[in-house]
Amino acid sequence: MKKVIKIARRSFLIGSASIVGGVAFGVYAYHKPGHNVLKDSLNEGEAALTPYVKITPDGIILTTPHCDKGQGAYSVQAALIAEELDVTLEDIQVDPGVPAPVYYNTAISQETVPFASTDNSLIANSVRTTMDAAMKFTGMQITGGSTTVADSYTKLRVAGAVARETLKQAASLQSNIAVEKLRTEKGHVILPNGDQISYLDLARTAANIDPVEEVILKAEDQWRLIGKPMQRIDIEDKSTGKIRYGIDLKLDNMLIATVKQSPTKNGGIKSIELNKADQMPGVEKVVRINNAIAVIAQTTWQAFNAIDEIEIEGNKPDYPLHSDEHWQILENSFQEEKLAFIARDEGDANGENLLNSNKIEREYRAPYVAHAPLEPLNATIKVSEKRVDVWTGTQTPQFLKSQIAKITQMDEDNIHIHAMMMGGSFGHRLETLVMTQAAEIAMAMPGTPIKLIYKREEDFAQDFTRQIAMAKATGHIKGKEIIGLDLGIAMPSVRQSQTSRLGLPDVGKDMQMVAGAWDQPYTIENYKVAAYKAGPLPPVSSWRSVGASSNAFFHDSFLDELIHAADLDPMEERIRLMWHENSRKTLEAVAQMSDWSSPLAKDKARGVAFCLSFGVPCAQVIEISNTPNGIKIDKVFVAAEVGKIIDPINFDNLVKGGVVWGLGHAMNCEITYSDGMVDQTNYHVHEGMRLYQCPEIFVKGLENGEKVKGIGEPPVPPAAPALANAIFAATGKRIREMPFNKHINFI
Amino acid sequence: MREILINGTAYQLDVDGDTPLLWVLRDHVGLTGTKYGCGISQCGACTVHINDMAVRSCSITLDEVDGEITTIEGLSKSSEFHAVQKAWIEHQVAQCGYCQSGQIMAAAAFLEQNPEPTDQDIDQAMSANLCRCGTYPRIREAIKSASKQLNGIEA
Repeated sequence: MKKVIKIARRSFLIGSASIVGGVAFGVYAYHKPGHNVLKDSLNEGEAALTPYVKITPDGIILTTPHCDKGQGAYSVQAALIAEELDVTLEDIQVDPGVPAPVYYNTAISQETVPFASTDNSLIANSVRTTMDAAMKFTGMQITGGSTTVADSYTKLRVAGAVARETLKQAASLQSNIAVEKLRTEKGHVILPNGDQISYLDLARTAANIDPVEEVILKAEDQWRLIGKPMQRIDIEDKSTGKIRYGIDLKLDNMLIATVKQSPTKNGGIKSIELNKADQMPGVEKVVRINNAIAVIAQTTWQAFNAIDEIEIEGNKPDYPLHSDEHWQILENSFQEEKLAFIARDEGDANGENLLNSNKIEREYRAPYVAHAPLEPLNATIKVSEKRVDVWTGTQTPQFLKSQIAKITQMDEDNIHIHAMMMGGSFGHRLETLVMTQAAEIAMAMPGTPIKLIYKREEDFAQDFTRQIAMAKATGHIKGKEIIGLDLGIAMPSVRQSQTSRLGLPDVGKDMQMVAGAWDQPYTIENYKVAAYKAGPLPPVSSWRSVGASSNAFFHDSFLDELIHAADLDPMEERIRLMWHENSRKTLEAVAQMSDWSSPLAKDKARGVAFCLSFGVPCAQVIEISNTPNGIKIDKVFVAAEVGKIIDPINFDNLVKGGVVWGLGHAMNCEITYSDGMVDQTNYHVHEGMRLYQCPEIFVKGLENGEKVKGIGEPPVPPAAPALANAIFAATGKRIREMPFNKHINFI
Repeated sequence: MREILINGTAYQLDVDGDTPLLWVLRDHVGLTGTKYGCGISQCGACTVHINDMAVRSCSITLDEVDGEITTIEGLSKSSEFHAVQKAWIEHQVAQCGYCQSGQIMAAAAFLEQNPEPTDQDIDQAMSANLCRCGTYPRIREAIKSASKQLNGIEA
């Protein structure tokens, strides 16, 4: 189906934005054109046809504002533009661009509104639209929440189409042939007689005409790229060592810094013993910065050696010193005054009809876990007299800019962020502490570029981990029917922890406290999900799939327990209880893929789990063997509904990676505290998953939904409960605490 | 001054002999394809070859190096990609890619010693290299296809 899309002049924030009902001034400002930042730095003969497409005499450069943490965001964004622009991916260059409000992320707000993604009511949609407008006001250019595809799907295709049509206008002017008679192919405008004009030769003309305001997007059957297997644009460079990450940057006269912070995360420094670190070989300077000490040296190894000499004692932090006290805080949070909000309340959880039923009470735990992407945190900053340059991998470039401006007391216009490729993130690079520290250090040596690299040990010690969480669940079964599910979840609010670090206000409900649990599309007569705010606890942050990473384990494990207690089939009953058709289809798909009803050998068993998170229903079946040496995960079957798959290869890779992430941490990992400090120092005590534990993973993507969604996070939440449910099926042992290896051996 | 041979080139280096090879490569020679991940031989991101053996360059000092070093930049001896790299590209293994230099170097040395590995051999040999993105299923596929390719060429 072809859709005509009208565009506000020089604005590519389109269509579905037509607000009915919002605040009047909001409507006006929302439609006000975004400033095309590419126009600020054009050379002679170059054209910035949209904020995403620049044509120069030497080549075509596509701006891909969502950062690439390894999820293939640059390729996917480039493909969306290239599809409409009619260029091949081999013929373009990709540039992450500069942070700018025009690149704000509209999709990110979807996970913050108190409406289930399955809720398409008028009020839910109008609040979402208002949130979209709010995101534009704040200019939130953010990569996170699995939103790259959702945010880009229409926006970038329109950007490509506008550029294409503008180039046709330019060709029309140059050739004196009516636009209607022109078409485009592989970076050229084709004239009726077959002659071709390269886009590059049209740059000069195109630069002087206004971009067209109405475009028609291609019908799906015309797509050359979308939906077909693509080669990632970085795949060769990532297979040859050529790709450059932030940590690989080398600049003239650059020095290397590393830091040691108070080991009690927010306790502050009590004492520092330099132990001659300042006299070590290669050391240029030792600098005291906020809550840390930094060594600046000629080389990384010299900096690392010197920092190891320094001893820091931290003050008592504002959270309890030991992990067992943290669990005690969670345990004590299930009371009226700690209740943050009730997210779901159907029927009556204390109703009379529950009186003569079988009551089941359970408790579940999810520990802190670390992000630990393989590239340690790093940032290179050069503070000059009139400008500050920052080279780093960040998920929030626009916000980073304002922070660096504040620290260096420079005007934001003089802060230049250079986005670097990231060696993983998983939420780690949403935080900006390493960059602000680098700025403080660089201010001590103006004019000299300083690359701050965390030692792996520091990265573990100072990570703002995934939240710790606990759930108390009460269920009721009458005969063979589940008539009550009441889930209370206690955790520190990730959002509150983040906003307090940033000095921002924290208003409204933190829906991540119940994400993956409150909005599951099952029909149960008495159904309640409540959030309890626990604290004081150490700082926490977004970890791949955030709240759902703990909550799906709680919710789905408990549902599984109730289903077993009612002596029902875990797959059939989930399907029967599910009212949301596209969610049900994911369960039906994994039932078929795994041949659910077929018998297995005596030592094998299956478990199923489902979680709707980030608007994506995802079902998983895990098949395991119960061997004398422990549990072996044989196979994982995954079905996920995303509306539209842009690149099936990238989709497959991300789903498998999400499953490995979810399983590896559920099986093997936790972060614990002693004396206020993190116990785990490196990967040997927090491995995630290694290859020998990796099962065969079978992936099916479904495209029944109307909304296009991202796949980075949704495969994570169902993995842990699917495994726990399979272990129960195989052994009769119900594991209610992560990491599972505290309770059972894995091969 | 000390001379070491890296990717067929002799380098004269004025570096403290206690410096781990990893940092010699990255900071002194400027070959940044070899990565720092953990510094204690746990992740394998720093894997290079010394005389065709896979070695964790974070845990061997310059003084301890005895032989010719090959890094990811020198793995292919011709203008074409090495068979393992070809397989890595064909299977689109990488996500963030940060561990992949080490994975490829480990796989290349492993296939040199064990040209027709079983699934179990692969699991055992490659489990010393950590991938946080979880590209293991594709690493397995790529090793199998590289093995076929290498054997095809040698047969």
